[in-house]
This record gives sequence, structure tokens and C-alpha cells, in this order.
Amino acid sequence: MTTDIDENAKTEPLLDRRDERVTHAAGVGDNVRAFFNRVRSGDLGSLPVVVGLAIIWTVFQTLNPVFLSANNLVNLLFDCSIVGVIALGIVCVLMVGEIDLSVGSVSGFASALVGVLWVNQGWPVAPAILAALGFGAVAGLVYALLYNRFGMPSFVSTLAGLLAVLGMQLYILGSTGSINLPYGSALVNFGQMLMMPDWVSYVLAALAGVIVFAAGYRTAIRRKAAGLSSRSIGGLLLQAAIVTVVLEAIVYYLNTDRGVPWMFGLFVGLVVAMNYALKRTRWGRSMSAVGGNREAARRAGINVKLIYASAFVACSTLAAAGGVLGAARLATASQQAGTGDVNLNAIAAAVIGGTSLFGGRGSAYSALLGIIVIQSIASGLTLLDLSSSLRYMITGGVLAIAVIVDSLARRSRVSHGRA
Amino acid sequence: MTDSAHDGAPDRSPVLSLRGVSKNFGAVSALADIDLDVHAGEVVALVGDNGAGKSTLVKILAGVHQPSAGEIAFHGKPVTLANPSAALKLGIATVFQDLALCENLDVVANIFLGREINPFQLDEVSMEIRAWTLLNELSARIPSVREPVASLSGGQRQTVAIARSLLLEPTVILLDEPTAALGVAQTAEVLDLIERVRERGLGVVMISHNMEDVRAVADRVVVLRLGRNNGVFSADASNQELVGAITGASDNSVSRRASRRARREETGIQHP
Repeated sequence: MTTDIDENAKTEPLLDRRDERVTHAAGVGDNVRAFFNRVRSGDLGSLPVVVGLAIIWTVFQTLNPVFLSANNLVNLLFDCSIVGVIALGIVCVLMVGEIDLSVGSVSGFASALVGVLWVNQGWPVAPAILAALGFGAVAGLVYALLYNRFGMPSFVSTLAGLLAVLGMQLYILGSTGSINLPYGSALVNFGQMLMMPDWVSYVLAALAGVIVFAAGYRTAIRRKAAGLSSRSIGGLLLQAAIVTVVLEAIVYYLNTDRGVPWMFGLFVGLVVAMNYALKRTRWGRSMSAVGGNREAARRAGINVKLIYASAFVACSTLAAAGGVLGAARLATASQQAGTGDVNLNAIAAAVIGGTSLFGGRGSAYSALLGIIVIQSIASGLTLLDLSSSLRYMITGGVLAIAVIVDSLARRSRVSHGRA
Repeated sequence: MTDSAHDGAPDRSPVLSLRGVSKNFGAVSALADIDLDVHAGEVVALVGDNGAGKSTLVKILAGVHQPSAGEIAFHGKPVTLANPSAALKLGIATVFQDLALCENLDVVANIFLGREINPFQLDEVSMEIRAWTLLNELSARIPSVREPVASLSGGQRQTVAIARSLLLEPTVILLDEPTAALGVAQTAEVLDLIERVRERGLGVVMISHNMEDVRAVADRVVVLRLGRNNGVFSADASNQELVGAITGASDNSVSRRASRRARREETGIQHP
């Protein structure tokens, strides 16, 4: 028997509650049960990453009590921002079911370009950064052209790009191999020490709760007026209160040390903006549609080629932005920038955070959550003084587990009719 | 031809009318000299064997292919359907055989795909209301519009696809094999749906291989054979007449099978 009958539904069923075959969650208990049913059918959302993070933090904290110290967490946030911005771009290409393997090289070249133009050529810093971002956009356009015009799989075109752009990076850096960025400059300050004043971080954390409540309240009022089911005001208040309290607690803990880096603030700002673009605009809806069923999207009148192009351009541009942040963080533009594990960490972060490799499912927040997991592992292993050989092996293992979870969840979704 | 097809006026001038339409693919003539009329509030079934040109004809009406010769008139005025969006703009909506829904998106997102209200701040509430109104008008049984389409049955997906095509208020709707691959109950649901679409005053063109479905809902049955018109029948035409027109002879494999069976029954031979 279905049990969706509450007081007012007896008289006049709501527009979306007329089908008696569907169970609707009514109270808190029902909502909890609905959540467990969703998880069991493979609609995991960000649950695995939250559980994984709890395990990782517990393990590292018991092995080395410095791990969860405010000082270490502040450094963690600095490091998160760089690869996190790149991972945000990866989310875009994964949404349309493609991949970009050249983000590491593009970020490395962008940092080299800033170094060469700003330090060697004497450009002002702002145009140098814009040139780096512009290069990212052009790289994305090239991939889009190869994909749309010649049907070249993005896996291959970006693999070619990985090598080609790495070559360009080595070329412009020349024989010196690295360029030091001037200490004390605004860019290096931003990358190494610029912190939000305490009151700014508290206000921003409170603002998040206010926005959660205001947006939810507005929707609830409109749905109620239209005769649709709506969330209770009490539930909304509770959710907003939890968000505020959790964020304020984190901010308070970070403020006992140096505080919240502006660079991390920039990263979170980009994540929030990308989340809005993916969830609440026609562009984002088209991205999911193209990733889910390309032919259906084409027949619906969506300009599929333009959507692919926008995904590649967004990815490469964000990769370049990550490269600039990396140069600022290290105060140097070197041949090593963007090489090694940057590429795979960015992709791993997006996938671990819950964006599907198979296209059509994902969220901007997966970049944020995923990169915190990746950087926690990196930071924890560094604190334990483990060599990079072990770090690579462990990170690889975590990525494999994340992809297995994704595949299993996908299979389960198909069998539960939730693909 | 009169030019007085106004909304609601029950005059008998066709909404959509084809005269002498031909389509050649290189040396192959897929359609030759086809005439077809579709009136408001009528279901025209398009039947024919494989390769008879049904899909080609629907693709011409949907603007996917352009005819090599012939005229297409819409509300009495000659029109050219240069591309799918031109056909859509005129008011000819098409539901293709493979349903062209995104399984990862929910019902509302699918119905409004490419036509979202307020592109820079999607108006989910208005879209959900409109989706429910549309589905309720069709008396459709969709459990929830916020579930991904993957969780719906074949008949429900067909319903969503049809509701989606009705969003732009078309005057003619083309259905390519709407009941293929559906079970008995779901087929009945879709046939009901087609009748309700007809009651809304739309002209419906339906391709089908299933004679039972055709006779259940069609007002007229247009038979194509080898790319040519091969007769127009009323819905109460006998199976033999239709099969004869489709296969091109009164002596065909279907009739031979029927007469063998009849002979067996006469001579009293039972199946072992």
C-alpha cells in the first residue's frame, strides 16, 4: 500500500501527487528511507566520497596527529585550489562523455607563458595571465575542431596535445629550464599567503546558509502557489542551519591558524558558478543531454557541435587558469610544471567526486570533493615521509576503486531503472 | 483549393496535402507521384511493406529529406520544408521510431529539451506545471516527472515523446511505428493516447506494420507499395483487402496461407 495521504491531500491531491502508484516521502522517516533506497539502487551521489574522506582522515590522523592540524589543512586548501580548478574543467568534458588528457601540459605551458611574458619580456602581469588563458581557449578550440570536423576521438587528439603542448613548454622555457617569479608581487602573494580577513570568511560562510534558505524558500512558495508538492519551511530552515553551522565551524578552525586562503575562495567561487551553469541554465541542460544521448539532443534542436566546443574550451581554459595558480603557488615557471601526476590527479578528482566517465552525470562539486580526497592522500603520505613511488601506487589504487564504484553504481542504476 | 482552414472550423479542406511528390536517391526512385491528404482531427495510417517508402515519406514531411518533385501544401498554401526546424515551425511535429529521449534526464527536462523556459535561470516550476498539464490533458499515467526517463516503461516513454512533440502546439503530428516493441497493455495505452491527440483536433499520420492497431485507430488507411500510392481504405476494410494492396496481389503468401488453413479446416485435418 502506498502511504502518501496526508491531511490536505485527502481533499485536493496536488498536481504531482495524483498517481497513487508512487510512494512519496512524507515525513523525516520517509525521507531517510527514500535516501537508503536511492543509495541501494546505485544513485550514490557524493556518499562514497564523504565516506572515503572520513576513512582517509581517520587513518592519517591516527598515524600522524599533525595531519588534521589547522596549519596543515590551510596548506591543503592552497594545494587543492590548483589541481581543483583543472578538475573543474575535466568535469565539463566528462559531462559530454569526452576526455581531455592534455590538461597537465596545458597548465604547464600556461605557467611557462606567464613566466616568459611577465618576467622575461617585461609585460604587465594581467595581460600575461590573459594570454595564458587565451592560449587555453585556443587549445580547446583546436580539440573541438578536430572532434567536430574530423571526428577525431578526444582521447587521441588530447593525447597528441599532451605531447605537443609539453614540447611547446620546453621550447619557450629554453635552456634555463625555469623562470623565477618575483617574490612580493601580487600574483605570488596571492598564491602563497593572501588570506581572507576573519570577518570576511565568517560572513561568506553565513551567506551560503542564507542563500540555501532563500533559494529553497522562493521555490517552495512558488510550488505551493502552483499546486505542486513543496518542501516544508522547517526542513529548509534545518538544512540551512546545518550548512551554516558546519561551514562556520570549519572557518573557525582554519582561523585559529592563518585562515582561509583567497586562492581557495577563488576555487570555491568557480565551483559555485560552474554548478549554477550546469544545473540552472540551458547550456548545462544541453551538456547533460549531449552526454546522455547525443542523437536525442541533436533532434531536440541543440547545436551539438557548439556544446562539444564549449566543453573543450571551458576545460582547456580552466586548465590554463590552474597553471597560472600553480606558478603563483611555487613562484616559479619550470619544466616540471604540469608534468607528473597533475593530469591524472585532475581526472581522478572529478571521477572520485562522482562525475561519471560515461557522460551525462556529474556535478561541479565533484571537483571540490574529489580534489580534497586526492590532496588529503598526497598530504598524508608526505607527512608520513613516504616516497613518491608509494604515493603514486596508493593514489592509483584509490582511483581504481573510485572507477569501480562508478561502474558498479552504473550497472545497479540500469537494473533499477535509474540510468 | 479553398484557403479557409481556420482553427476549429470543421471544414473538410486538408491541413496537409501532397500532390505528385517523388523522391529519388540517385538512380533509385524511393517515392513516385505520391498524393496524400491529412485533415484536422483525423488519423491517417500509412502502411506498406518494407521498402515501400513510408519512412522516406515521413522524413520528407519532417523536413529531413527534400522531395525531388511534387508539391506540399499546408493549410492550402504551398510550402517547402527545407529542414526539421522549418517543419516544426509550420506546426508539423515528428515522433521518431527510436524515441530520442535522454535517459539520464527527468521527464520535465526531456519534454522541454532545447526549449527550456528562461535559458539563464531555468524556470523549473513553470516547466513542471506545464509538463503536468500536458500529461494530464493526455490522461497519461506517468508516476513522477522528476524521475529519470530510464525508470519509465516503453509505453510511458512513448507518452513522454508524444507529449514532448505537442509542446509547440503542432497541427499535424507524425508517428513512426508508435506501437513497435510495446506489450499489449502498453500498446492499448498508446492507442488511447493517439485518439486523445485526434480529439484535440490534430491531424495524425501514423506508420505501422500492425494491421490490428491500424484498424483500431485509423480513420483512413493509405497503402504504399514500391514507392507508389496503392489505394486508400477506410478503417473497416478487411485484412485481406489491406494485405492484398500492401503485397500487390490477391494471390500472395498471406492469402495462400489463409486458404491452406481454410482447406485444412474443410477437410477436417487437425494439427497433430
